Amino acid sequence: MSERLKVHDIAHARAGDKGDVSSISVWAYDPKDYPLLKNQLTAERLKAAYPKLLRGSVTRYELDHLHGLNFVLRDALEGGVNTSLNLDSHGKSFSYLILGLEIEAADADPVVPDAAESGTTDGG
Amino acid sequence: MRRSVRIGCGAGFSSDRVEPAVDLAQRGALDYLVFECLGERTMAFAHRDRMLDGSKGYNPHTAQRMRAVLAACRKNGTVVITNMGAANPLAAAQLTVGIARELGLAGLKVACVEGDDVTRQINAGTALHDRDGTVRDIGLPVVGANAYLGAEALLPALKAGADVIIAGRIADPSLFVAPLAFRFGWGLDDWQLLGRGTAVGHLLECGMQVTGGYFADPGFKDVPGLVDCGFPIAEVGFDGGFTVTKLPEVGGCVTTATVKEQLLYEVHDPATYLTPDVTADFSRVAIEQLEPDRVHVHGADGRPRPDKLKVTIGFDGGFLAEGGISYAGPNAQARARLAGEIVWQRLSRNNALLADLRIDMIGVNSLHGTAHTPPTDSEDVRLRVAMRSRRREDIDTMLWEVEALLCCGPAGGGGYRGTISPSVVTHSALVARDQVRPTLRMFTA
Repeated sequence: MSERLKVHDIAHARAGDKGDVSSISVWAYDPKDYPLLKNQLTAERLKAAYPKLLRGSVTRYELDHLHGLNFVLRDALEGGVNTSLNLDSHGKSFSYLILGLEIEAADADPVVPDAAESGTTDGG
Repeated sequence: MRRSVRIGCGAGFSSDRVEPAVDLAQRGALDYLVFECLGERTMAFAHRDRMLDGSKGYNPHTAQRMRAVLAACRKNGTVVITNMGAANPLAAAQLTVGIARELGLAGLKVACVEGDDVTRQINAGTALHDRDGTVRDIGLPVVGANAYLGAEALLPALKAGADVIIAGRIADPSLFVAPLAFRFGWGLDDWQLLGRGTAVGHLLECGMQVTGGYFADPGFKDVPGLVDCGFPIAEVGFDGGFTVTKLPEVGGCVTTATVKEQLLYEVHDPATYLTPDVTADFSRVAIEQLEPDRVHVHGADGRPRPDKLKVTIGFDGGFLAEGGISYAGPNAQARARLAGEIVWQRLSRNNALLADLRIDMIGVNSLHGTAHTPPTDSEDVRLRVAMRSRRREDIDTMLWEVEALLCCGPAGGGGYRGTISPSVVTHSALVARDQVRPTLRMFTA
């Protein structure tokens, strides 16, 4: 039986926007929780969680040495500030969409990710 | 050549607070104080302002900011650099000269940097960069277009000994890169140093977003003294390494966490951050807490700058209107939902009114509603109806129908408000560097 956590319990995040692209960085408070984030908070997971909002590609950049992930969400701002009628047309609050996701605490991969490399993965 | 430069940020956006900037001007012992006040859309609004009144089009808070800091900056030898000129840098420079005279700052040298306005080079056939097609395809009137100028455009003003430099569309980090390159004698083709200077600018350009603003999450990320949060200071070494800090007496905090969040703010690929000066690489940046509220940043890098300059084109998007009415207590969500359905049906008798209409329930599904709607038992719900249109009569019809809910809708609706704001649309294009010629005019108070 594994413990379920919200991402918000172990990480903080900030969202920014350019046109119809939202970028959201997510950072582990404690480096020992970073593998948990890296293993479970994948681009695919994010796209699957919010398919109506995330209509375009989701790309994840990894900054292992800073224990952070950067998500780039294309076509994710309901048209962007030009056309979105969302009260939050910049998607400033979308950082908390990621922080509201649940992850399995017991799923942590004990292997510390390669600290020297920063990688990229795509979620289509 | 100087060994270190102390540079502060006195505004991170158009409507930023003024008091913390006064603190920096008075007590920051700064070489430079930068006010970054332009976004893509603020520039489009500035063009609209200038079209309505040719003497306007600069940042509406320019006079307040200048009155508040000029005397202290002069006393302390701090040079002010800003993009508050927006769509009318000349008017902002003349205003600043007048304020300097009022303040008795005779001899203050004010530089006006222009050349970013490329509106005359834009035509219906101009190809867009952020989407397929041309300006013609947008189908809206162009209000103005500006190229993002780099640090290069500010160097002549710095060399001329300006005390205040007022420009329009300078790329945000370039406002910081320019004085660093000037003081340290960095070459404009030394990509690594320009990448490091860009890291300084990127971390400071949003003001207190790096000193505890836009950060607090009570019980998780607490920020001491957020009420009096200070603006940031960077102490930059000649090799481009730097320490981010703030005045000790003010609120806020500078931690590895505040710096990390800002490092990737509005960044896509951390290894490829494009500015007019350089392709900056933040992917191997090291961030180290030296002591409380002092964070050292080093290891940014750079590659050659992009060949072309980015241009933002602003279009007149008509009006954005929002009407709201609130419901509270038992069954509030059902009453608000019914109110929304009634407005929709009444407006649907004229199909044009539904073209760009959105109805939300604030407290239930307004911000994240497209992504998901978690169940809530909220009994305090506001119906929000939003519409964008170039036809003022459509806007008025929508607001009227929302207000009519007061008597012609569900029980207990109250607190109707309706607002109409101008709306702008922006798109980007690219322009060859040799098509853009920055200019300098110097004034003396």
